[in-house]
Amino acid sequence: MIIQALAFYLFAAVTVAAGVMVVSARNPVHSVLFLILAFFNSAGLFVLMGAEFLAMILVVVYVGAVAVLFLFVVMMLDINFVRMREGFLQYLPLGGMIGLILLVELVMVGGAWIVSPAAETAALHPAAPAGELHNTRALGGVIYTDYIYLFQAAGLILLVAMIGAIVLTLRQREGVRRQSISRQTSRTRAESVEIKQVPSRSGV
Amino acid sequence: MDALLAEYLPILIFLGIAIGLSVVIVAASYIVARQRPDSEKVSSYECGFEAFDDARSRFDVRFYLVAILFIIFDLEVAFLFPWAVALGDIGVFGFWSMVIFLGILTVGFVYEWKKGALEWE
Repeated sequence: MIIQALAFYLFAAVTVAAGVMVVSARNPVHSVLFLILAFFNSAGLFVLMGAEFLAMILVVVYVGAVAVLFLFVVMMLDINFVRMREGFLQYLPLGGMIGLILLVELVMVGGAWIVSPAAETAALHPAAPAGELHNTRALGGVIYTDYIYLFQAAGLILLVAMIGAIVLTLRQREGVRRQSISRQTSRTRAESVEIKQVPSRSGV
Repeated sequence: MDALLAEYLPILIFLGIAIGLSVVIVAASYIVARQRPDSEKVSSYECGFEAFDDARSRFDVRFYLVAILFIIFDLEVAFLFPWAVALGDIGVFGFWSMVIFLGILTVGFVYEWKKGALEWE
């Protein structure tokens, strides 16, 4: 139990520290790397809560794919970040006020939240007791049958995203020579080599 | 809950050893090696002359397209994990549900293949 508490404080502290570094790092590439560190530590926190599937998805999707996308975006933006940061502190009062208002709202919502007694008992006795049915399996049992329409809608959204990305960014350049392997291998000697008999002293 | 976390204990120990070992390696090279700092050692060096330009420049948007397509197929694979684990429980209905999902994404895959999005000029 004490190891669990220690691990929680370690992961939580590193997550918060990495989050601060994401905002304050001078080099945007370093910001993305700190974001990856924050993702890893959040995955550790998910594991501590017993949500191993979420932890796995966080590592596979966010660290594996989204962070790579962020790196590309950071590299692709041709912006001088040092110059962009010059007026950074000038916006501190306004930004700090918005953050404070959000914090107050969150505290008020959290304080006024009425938890129904049924939810409390449900949280104490989960549908699938841990140890008997691990949560990847519990999720798999409902996603594909009970929530089939939402699942298929997710598939359609992915299809739209795929087509949208291609339509928006793909452009064919003119005059590019592509390698066509089938054409290369189907060439014969007769159509590619021609022997000319050149009489002497006359040229081709 | 505790049984679940006990399964993760080796990973935590592994993490601790990895962090400890990397700290030891960095600290040992700092302590053991002879330190002779020089401003020339940290200056930029590019084949004998000063760097011409910033390394940051506009990348081709094509890299971005490849990354987005990778994310989409990554998410598709993320749906496959619970399906593969729970296939014994959900039966034929769950199986065909996933086949339809994969069929929809195969439409997109055929589209991008035919459109030439996977080819690099």
